[in-house]
Amino acid sequence: MPELLKAEDLCCHFRLKGPWGRGPLLKAVDGVSFNLFPGETLGLVGESGCGKSTLARLVLGLLPLTRGRVWFGGADLTGMPRRALKAMRRQFQVIFQDPYSSLNPRMTVRQILAEPFIIHGLGSRSERRAWVAELLAEVGLEPEHLERYPHEFSGGQRQRLGIARALALRPRLMVADEPVSALDVSIQAQILNLLAQLQERHGLTYLFISHDLSVVSQISSRVAVMYVGRLLEMAPREVFARARLHPYTEALLAAVPLPDPQQPFRPPALKGEPPSPVNVPSGCPFHPRCPEAQFPRCQDEVPAYRETAPEHWVACHFR
Amino acid sequence: MELETRNLKLETFWSRLRRNRMAVAGLVLVVGLFAVALLAPWLAPYDPNFIDLKQVLMPPSPAHLLGTDTLGRDVLSRVIFGARISLLVGFVAVGIATLIGVLVGALAGYYGGAMDALLMRLVDLMLCFPTLFLILAVIAVLGPSIWNIMVVIGVTGWMGVARLVRAEFLSLREREFVMAVRALGASDARLIWRHLLPNALTPVMVSATLGVAGAILTESALSFLGLGVQPPTPSWGNILTMGKDNIEIAWWLSVFPGLAILVTVMSYNLLGEGIREAVDPRLRD
Repeated sequence: MPELLKAEDLCCHFRLKGPWGRGPLLKAVDGVSFNLFPGETLGLVGESGCGKSTLARLVLGLLPLTRGRVWFGGADLTGMPRRALKAMRRQFQVIFQDPYSSLNPRMTVRQILAEPFIIHGLGSRSERRAWVAELLAEVGLEPEHLERYPHEFSGGQRQRLGIARALALRPRLMVADEPVSALDVSIQAQILNLLAQLQERHGLTYLFISHDLSVVSQISSRVAVMYVGRLLEMAPREVFARARLHPYTEALLAAVPLPDPQQPFRPPALKGEPPSPVNVPSGCPFHPRCPEAQFPRCQDEVPAYRETAPEHWVACHFR
Repeated sequence: MELETRNLKLETFWSRLRRNRMAVAGLVLVVGLFAVALLAPWLAPYDPNFIDLKQVLMPPSPAHLLGTDTLGRDVLSRVIFGARISLLVGFVAVGIATLIGVLVGALAGYYGGAMDALLMRLVDLMLCFPTLFLILAVIAVLGPSIWNIMVVIGVTGWMGVARLVRAEFLSLREREFVMAVRALGASDARLIWRHLLPNALTPVMVSATLGVAGAILTESALSFLGLGVQPPTPSWGNILTMGKDNIEIAWWLSVFPGLAILVTVMSYNLLGEGIREAVDPRLRD
């Protein structure tokens, strides 16, 4: 099956300002490659600040790539002329984390939802009105909400509006950047169900970003693990249950709380903080925190990101 | 429904503004000044340029409530007509300054990088000049006229607005709704006009209100120095000049235009501060 999205060696580096001009180089994303196949959900997990959101923005062409290429449906998005890129944008859309900052506070729901059509010059006024009403119904909101402003809605309703806006142009790929992290647990489930329904109805492909492994494993068909700007592991969901995993992934899985009050307290599996992307450790970026690190190999040699079993990619010397 | 929600937001603004007594006083005075300026021909007891050489330098009396000047003109009538000049200069100059400031700030904040660096150095450069001396130099070259004054005050007063708008844009640019609209494929112009500017205008409004006071003060200073509005057109500044020349014998020529300037500038400042407090999210009730 041809991939819908192909990301190859994506890098996003920022030159920081030092006290005397040029400062250190911040490698927010460094050499990330992956494929997305039509209809699947790839979950991307990682700790805060590991570059998940930056990766999302690179894929969407909202940040300039330092290096690497993104292909969408076989077309190379890097260096694509503005006009062509605008047309392509109809096919990939984004849902953001914070439902309080993802809607323009000075526009009504009708204006917000009509905007995608206006930008792409689609439909007449009356057609757009009909489409907007349809979108609103599709995400489970009422027609009387149309003339209200974002501040009159709850977090969950706002997130539904964000989803409706992203859905307007009938995209094929939806990048969801922590879409439920800012919501109450009960609302989280509703939004996840809505996303699953929409996927089924429209054959959507999701790149689903989260720091919450339990959310990701609920919705994803494949999971990728990111650490200081790199992918450490990627595998189908089933593999996570049985294969030997990257030590970092194992630590993340061990940290997922079990909904069982009788469960004895487990000490956190990981010690310390993730390293700064300005000062990435030599060799394997995880070696300072890795319980299985062997010296000097892990410190000196960057482990290759390779396919150890079908569909199972790992960057570790001992897997 | 739409009107209802709009009124809701406006209502909270009004209720917050109303609770601030000084702001209400400022608003009442500003509205009053507008009325005076608009109704000047009907309010003024005399023609402001009517010269009556038999009534020169008369102190305040029932016939001339604020006295007369060295040419026997009625000071009350001249102060009333002077309000027109002051408000006109205040609004046009601030309009020009706001327009330039918003444009420069929007370009610098939206595009960033080299554009930002260049425009902000221009702002720094402009701020290096002592404004009044710059205005004096330009007026000396172009010649004093009310239009020159308005343009010059506007052109030398946009830097604060530019900095405000730039700062707002820098923070708004990273907001998720802007990202989302960019992802939809919106043009730069659409992002700037429909999404960034409407959300950046609140501080501009406050600064414009305060700016009117500054512009009125500058106009008065220029007219006082003889480089502003030229006689016989009455302006508070040039009435003051005449007052200065006769300060030992005719106090009313200095006191009343001076009071007019004081009250006007103060009311705009009070109103501006009131708006600032009413829209400040940190002061939510």
